[in-house]
Amino acid sequence: MLDKTGITKRIAKEVKNGYYVNLGIGIPTLVANFVREDIDVEFQSENGILGMGPFPFDGEEDADLINAGKQTITALEGASYFDSATSFSMIRGKHVDLTILGAMEVSENGDIANWKIPGYMVKGMGGAMDLVASAENIIVAMMHTNKKGESKLLKRCSLPLTGVGCVKKIVTNLAVLEVTKDGFKLLERAPGIAVETIQQATEGHLIIEGQIPEMEL
Amino acid sequence: MINKQVANVKEALKDVSSEMTLMLGGFGLCGIPENAISELVVMGVKDLTCISNNAGVDDFGLGLLLQKHQIKKMVASYVGENDEFERQMLSGELDVELIPQGTLAERCRAAQAGFPAIYTPAGYGTEVAEGKETREFNGKMYVLERAFKADFSFVKAWKGDAAGNLIFKGTARNFNPNMCGAATITVAEVEELVPVGTLDPNQIHIPGIFVQRIFEGKNYEKRIEKRTVRQKTELC
Repeated sequence: MLDKTGITKRIAKEVKNGYYVNLGIGIPTLVANFVREDIDVEFQSENGILGMGPFPFDGEEDADLINAGKQTITALEGASYFDSATSFSMIRGKHVDLTILGAMEVSENGDIANWKIPGYMVKGMGGAMDLVASAENIIVAMMHTNKKGESKLLKRCSLPLTGVGCVKKIVTNLAVLEVTKDGFKLLERAPGIAVETIQQATEGHLIIEGQIPEMEL
Repeated sequence: MINKQVANVKEALKDVSSEMTLMLGGFGLCGIPENAISELVVMGVKDLTCISNNAGVDDFGLGLLLQKHQIKKMVASYVGENDEFERQMLSGELDVELIPQGTLAERCRAAQAGFPAIYTPAGYGTEVAEGKETREFNGKMYVLERAFKADFSFVKAWKGDAAGNLIFKGTARNFNPNMCGAATITVAEVEELVPVGTLDPNQIHIPGIFVQRIFEGKNYEKRIEKRTVRQKTELC
């Protein structure tokens, strides 16, 4: 079973040369640390920067330079700043190539729920609804089951939706899956994880075709 | 040159009254109109509807207005990091409308640009689209979202001149340019008000036509919400 770093490393392999990438808050943010150094990638943060760099050195923080998680960051050579409408033009207009975000639930038809649990304090969707409604290529990074051990890959989401029919790929601590019109297609297993384990942890329809290879990290 | 300069924040906020709808720039605490917010607290105007991406933290930004119960309704995309906000929301004192961040930006821009409404795919099929008109274009579904109507827009820029021209810095730009000209009166506060003619027209982000009042702000705290750093030894 993978830990968060493992999930992060596997997702980093999905980042290709020439991609503009938007990383959600949480596990996705860590992806930047594991992208191959021999490819050219630019990270977009929806509060208004393209070409986002690592955290600043101690003492070099700039209050006017943060990411969408409100953390202090740096700008790399070739970076640009822009207003929020321009930022979402990049997202809605499909200029951003890859979006990586977390989820509470994903359904077998690609619906995603990640912003609201009824009865709990609702903090808001931020940019998530814009991202999932528009991105061509959305990868969800999440644990396969919740803290109670219940599957997060469902026939239908039970929580309020963030977007419909939008998730293309899911990387969990157990597997890599593709969302197809027929359900979750199992592509890879986490090291040492049996297909049966993945089947048991998946409530939605799981498609298993032939031998399922182990992930390479 | 049409002179938009006012003497101070008091003059800049003249005519702001209770029950008005206000737009406030900023993302988290980055690029917020600190001087205007402080003055709103001093004025004691109440029952405000505030349109802003976030609602500040307990003791800074819009949190200062929440402490004094001056906000009746908040329109935002994300409102974490504020206990007083949560308390007022759960007790029903505060009305909250959460909308997608890109929709928030575009409803400001639509107001600025003279569009009554826009179609966006964000929120289709979710509770955000409930009760709203939807329409299909090229096989994809979109939600009709209306332009905001606001009385005042408060924005913060890095540099500006008496003509109202503005230049923003870093990610403190965020919603500020989209809110300029999106309300009846736009008030810009700048860190540095420079003499007219010294800003390069090629570099201006917002032309003065979108700004009605401009002044040089004072005592900017520019608080950092989440200070994150790396150590020099971790060479990347």
